Amino acid sequence: MHPTTITVKDAASGAAGLAPRTPAVRVVGAHKSFVRPEGVQTVLQDISIDVAPGEFICLLGASGCGKSTLLNLVAGLDEPTSGRIEVTGGRPALMFQEHALFPWLTAGKNIELVLRLRGVSRPERRARAEELLGLVRLQDAYGKRVHELSGGMRQRVALARALAQDSEVLLMDEPFAALDAITRDVLHEELTRIWQETGVSVLFVTHNVREAVRLAQRVVLLSCRPGRIAREWTIGMPQPRRIEDPTVAELSAEITDQLRKEIRRHGRH
Amino acid sequence: MGGTDIRTAKPAGADEELAGLEAGLDSLESVPVSRTPVGQVLRQKVAPPLLGAAFVLVAWQLVHAGGLVSEERLPGPRAVGDSFLTLWRQGTLFEIVWTSLERGLLGFLAALAIGTPLGLVVARVPFVRAALGPVLSGLQSLPSVAWVPAAIMWFGLTDAAMYTVILLGAVPSIAVGLVSGIDQVPPLYLRAGRTIGATGLRGARYIVLPAALPGYTAGLKQGWAFSWRSLMATELIASSPDLGVGLGRYLANSREAIDLPGVFFGILLILAVGVLIDLLVFSPLERRVLRSRGLR
Ligand SMILES: Nc1ncnc2c1ncn2[C@@H]1O[C@H](COP(=O)(O)OP(=O)(O)O)[C@@H](O)[C@H]1O
Ligand SMILES: [Mg+2]
Repeated sequence: MHPTTITVKDAASGAAGLAPRTPAVRVVGAHKSFVRPEGVQTVLQDISIDVAPGEFICLLGASGCGKSTLLNLVAGLDEPTSGRIEVTGGRPALMFQEHALFPWLTAGKNIELVLRLRGVSRPERRARAEELLGLVRLQDAYGKRVHELSGGMRQRVALARALAQDSEVLLMDEPFAALDAITRDVLHEELTRIWQETGVSVLFVTHNVREAVRLAQRVVLLSCRPGRIAREWTIGMPQPRRIEDPTVAELSAEITDQLRKEIRRHGRH
Repeated sequence: MGGTDIRTAKPAGADEELAGLEAGLDSLESVPVSRTPVGQVLRQKVAPPLLGAAFVLVAWQLVHAGGLVSEERLPGPRAVGDSFLTLWRQGTLFEIVWTSLERGLLGFLAALAIGTPLGLVVARVPFVRAALGPVLSGLQSLPSVAWVPAAIMWFGLTDAAMYTVILLGAVPSIAVGLVSGIDQVPPLYLRAGRTIGATGLRGARYIVLPAALPGYTAGLKQGWAFSWRSLMATELIASSPDLGVGLGRYLANSREAIDLPGVFFGILLILAVGVLIDLLVFSPLERRVLRSRGLR
């Protein structure tokens, strides 16, 4: 085997608040408004979040609350109207709900394109692409076209492609929302394992409460119109968790109550 | 919180279990892609057009033999075949075909070299698009024969005049094809490209152009058809010993010699060359592009 470049960190030490290290992502007082024909719409108001190195945060909120907008700001695809966003370790990797793999390339070449854009040499690209496919357990998919892969396999290739950026931060925008329950469950397990193996910091957006509790060390609830941080929960339960765990269910019920309360506030006017 | 049901260690074999589950899901959900058997291809793709051509030939022969149309109006397949044999014996058949084909292909390549950057600029620069977009669409619907008199007045009876008409016919098709190809690129690919650092020229090379390939190949196909038509029209009209005898000239010469079988043979040759190039070059290209994306 070629030498692996995946750094293995002790997952337990990845938890937040252990040492005052520079956060991997630092969002300070971010506002975002869009100018529309009907007027100015404030989508995000005074958002501040620190993501510690190696931390796994789930950003939870109803649809249309500005979760994707926030992720785009962190990804550098858009600028905040005011406030600051700092990211260490270069451009963050971003994974979407749609796999966003390029259909004119094979699974392996999709990963190699990322490496090529980073200036990795050709022989190294091939080895690294195969290594990353191995990491998501798709060793045999190197030469497969995107349309030959199932939904779950596509998201795993997309994850491998995101990891190919070798960023310290991985942003995920409802990446498993379109998958069936069994596949999603498997991908939760895989993501947890890969997060533990690589020590990458993850900011994971979802509207699925159980998914958030299943995955995160910290769940941040976003309120709607304008999007503000309503509450947050720290989850000490060790990984791997199961989505059926009674503790997961209990906490999910509590968070769901809060989420519903947030949504109900908007029904009144 | 979270202290009640702590699972400290992974059960032995949990990882293998997950791997097995995943492998099962993968194989259940993957659609096996198999090649169509040769027999089926022959039956469904090759046989029908051959049958169609045979039908036309038989109908032609019947109409001819039945004496419905006089010999001066409609020569029979045999007379047209004789025109072929005459050219074959003279040894000029390939020369005639090649004179036109060479012009057509060179003109097409020139149109490609001009139409591609033009399409890129029109698609990506809003001002250029606003200025040139309507012009290109207009040119696309103007029959390029209309340019023949102007081209002859500019360049005389030369190859340059021929290439001018070809370019005016094919460049708009190729450019417009590329523009619509680029317009149809899903914004998601552009966003994904930007997050992996494919911006500016690198974005054009690695994301925009490959993503626009289906529209572009459609434009190329149409560009070839327009090149060929424009060229035939020009050869038919422009007559000069310097220009040599191409297919269009052969057709015009046959008319001047009141050789109707020759005229028919000329038409068949022009048709055959146009179809053959499409069949050998552009259709396979288009099929490859679409198939590799699972679009066909
Ligand atoms: N580029 C944009 N221009 C105008 N409005 C936008 C834009 N992007 C998002 N919005 C608005 O911001 C709000 C939040 O959108 P989004 O971040 O996609 O929500 P979520 O991902 O939480 O479902 C929506 O009301 C949407 O209409
Ligand atoms: Mg969203």
